[in-house]
Amino acid sequence: MSFQSAAKVTLKDAQLRRNIGKATTLIREKRLRAVAEVPDWEPLRDAGEAIKAHTMATLPEQLEKLEAAVTAAGGVVHWARDGAEANAIVASIAKRVGTDEVIKVKSLATDEIEMNEALEAEGIHALETDLAELIVQLNPEDKQSHILVPAIHRNRAEIRTLFEQTIAQGQSLGNEASAIAEAARLHLRNKFLTVPMAVSGANFGIAETGTIGVVESEGNGRMCLTMPRVLVTLMGIEKVLPAWQDLEVFLQLLPRSSTAERMNPYTSLWTGVRPGDGPQEFHLILLDGGRTNVLADEVGRAALHCIRCSACLNVCPVYERVGGQAYESVYPGPIGAILTPQLNGLGSAPSLPWASSLCGACYEVCPVKIDIPSILIHLRGRVVREEKSRLTPEALAMKGMAAAFSTRRRYEAAQRLAKLGRGPIVKAALPGWTAMRDLPEPPKETFRDWWKREHGEG
Amino acid sequence: MKVALFITCFNDTLFPGAGKAVVTLLQRLGCEVEFPLEQTCCGQMHVNSGYEHEASGLHDRFARVFADYDAVVSPSASCTAHVRERIESVGGKVFELTEFLIDQLGVVDVGASFPHRVTFHPTCHSLRLLNVGDRPLRLLREVRGIDLVELDGARECCGFGGTFAIKNADTSMAMLSDKVRHVLDTRAEVCTSADTSCLMHIGGALSRGRTGVRTMHIAEILAAQE
Repeated sequence: MSFQSAAKVTLKDAQLRRNIGKATTLIREKRLRAVAEVPDWEPLRDAGEAIKAHTMATLPEQLEKLEAAVTAAGGVVHWARDGAEANAIVASIAKRVGTDEVIKVKSLATDEIEMNEALEAEGIHALETDLAELIVQLNPEDKQSHILVPAIHRNRAEIRTLFEQTIAQGQSLGNEASAIAEAARLHLRNKFLTVPMAVSGANFGIAETGTIGVVESEGNGRMCLTMPRVLVTLMGIEKVLPAWQDLEVFLQLLPRSSTAERMNPYTSLWTGVRPGDGPQEFHLILLDGGRTNVLADEVGRAALHCIRCSACLNVCPVYERVGGQAYESVYPGPIGAILTPQLNGLGSAPSLPWASSLCGACYEVCPVKIDIPSILIHLRGRVVREEKSRLTPEALAMKGMAAAFSTRRRYEAAQRLAKLGRGPIVKAALPGWTAMRDLPEPPKETFRDWWKREHGEG
Repeated sequence: MKVALFITCFNDTLFPGAGKAVVTLLQRLGCEVEFPLEQTCCGQMHVNSGYEHEASGLHDRFARVFADYDAVVSPSASCTAHVRERIESVGGKVFELTEFLIDQLGVVDVGASFPHRVTFHPTCHSLRLLNVGDRPLRLLREVRGIDLVELDGARECCGFGGTFAIKNADTSMAMLSDKVRHVLDTRAEVCTSADTSCLMHIGGALSRGRTGVRTMHIAEILAAQE
C-alpha cells in the first residue's frame, strides 16, 4: 500500500491519534529539557556525526577488527548477507542447543529480517521480553509503530484488556500501571530463569575491544544478556564503532535523545565469554541486509549513521498524525522514510520519500545530524529517475514548467494562462487542493504587470 | 542602498501585494529598488519534487539575472533558503526580507502602523533553513497599534510542504487543522508569516471554514501606515 493510502486509514483512528499525539508531545518536551542541560550538546552532535562518517568510510577495516577482537575474546562471529542467512544461523544454533524457545531483547534488526516468524516456522518460539514488544506480540493483529516505544499507539486501558485476556488468564488487573506491568513481570520472570538461549540486537560493537553494547530501560535486556547459557547477537554492520572511547559520545547522545534521560537505566557491555560469569557461548551475527547498497549512495549513506534514538519520530508532524504503521516498515517516521526505501530498494517503497513536508524538525533534533530533508529530496530524485516513467502527467508538467520558466516571454505567457485557470500547474494541482481548502481570488494583475505600469519596461 | 527584488514566481503570479509592500517598505527606508524583469522561478519546486535536472537551467538563469546586484531581497524565506543553498555564485547576497531589514539595514522600527490583532506563524524554512530566529517578531513588536498575540505550537509545520499538500493531502490537512485551531485560539483577525505559500495554505482553510480571519504577508503589515 502507498503511504498516502495507509495514512488515509490511520488518520481516521481517533484513539490512535490521541494516543500518539499525547505521547510524542510529552517526550518532545522532556527531550528539550534533557538536551538543554548539556552545555556542549552541539559539539557532541558534531562528534557523533564525525565518528559515524569516519566509521562508514573505513567500514570493512572496522568490521574485520571487530571480528578479530570478538573471536579473541571467545565469541564466534558469523557474516550474513541477508535476513534469510541470519535467520538460518540463529535457527541452527537453537537446534544445536536443543531449545524450542528463545528469549529476546528488543531488537529492530531482528524485526527487520522477521526473525520471529522465521524461527516460528522452524518450531522455535521467540518470546519478546521488552514490555512494549510483548504487548505487540500478544495481539497477532498488531504491529510495532515506533522505534523505541513499539506500542506507543496503545493506551493503558487497551493494554490492561489485552493482558487480562492473555498472560493474566482472565484475572482482573485494575487500573494501576504497576499492577498491569506486574502481570508481564510474573510472566517473564519464569522465562528468564529457564530458557537456555537469548537473542539480542546491538546498539554498539566496539572494533578495538570486541565489546558489544545494549542500552535499555526495563532490565529485561540485562536478564537476557546474563541468565541464559547461550547468547546470539544480531548486529547491522553499521553499528560498529572504532574505539571504546567513542562510547563517551554516544552514551550521552542516545539516552537524552531517545528517552530524554540523562543516562539509561541499564547499559550492558560484554566482551566475548567469561568462564563462570554470564553466557558461556556467544555468537555475533554481522548483518548486511542491504546496507552495503546504502553505503554506495554518497548522499543517502548518512542514513546508516542512525543510532535508533527515535527523536525524529517524536518531533515529526507527519508521524505524530499518521502513526508508525502507515510507514509499513519496522523503521517508521522520518528516518524510516529514508532508510526503508534504501535498505529494501526504492521500488519497494517509492512513496516514502514524499511522506514529509520537509519541515526540517527531524534534522534539528538528530543526535548525529543526519540531514534527513536533504536525503528525502535526493531519494525523490532517484525515484523519479530510476523508478518512474518520463511520461507521467507529473513528469510532463514539471518539464513543461521548466520550459515555461526558461525565458521571460514564455514565463509571462504562462502567467496569463494560469490567470485564466488553464495552466498546467493549476490543472494538475486543483482537485487535491480544493477538496479541503479554498484557493485565493486571482489578483487583477501580476506583480510584474504592476511594476511595468509603474516603472516601465526598463 | 540599491537592491534587487527577487519576487518569486509564486508571489509574482498569485500574491503581487506582498511584492508591492516590499517595494513600498524598502523605498520608505531609503533603498533604491530594482526589479529585474528577466527573473522567473528559482527551481525550488522542481528540486524538492525530485526533478533536479529540470531545475539546473533555472538555477543558471537565476545566477545570471542577479549577478550584477549587491543585494537581493525576497519576501520568501523558502525560496531564499533554496537559492542560498543551491546557487553558489549569488546565493550569499540574497536575503529574506526580515533578515535584510535587521542585518543589512539595521532597522527594527520600520515606521509601520497597523492597529489590529495579529498572530505570527514562523514558517519551517525561515526557522530551520534560514535561522531567522525572532527577527520577524522584533519587527512586528515595533509596529504602532499592533496587538501581537503568541501562536501556540508556532514552530509546527502547517502541512503545506509544496507538492506535499497535494500528494499527501489527507496528512497535510490533519496538520493544517491543528494549525488553524491554534490560529483561531488566538482570536487574532490577521495571521501573518514570511512566506505566502504557507499563508495560502493556512488561509485556504481559514476561508473554507468561513472564519473571517485573513492572512497577510509580514511585508504588508510592515509597509502599512494605517
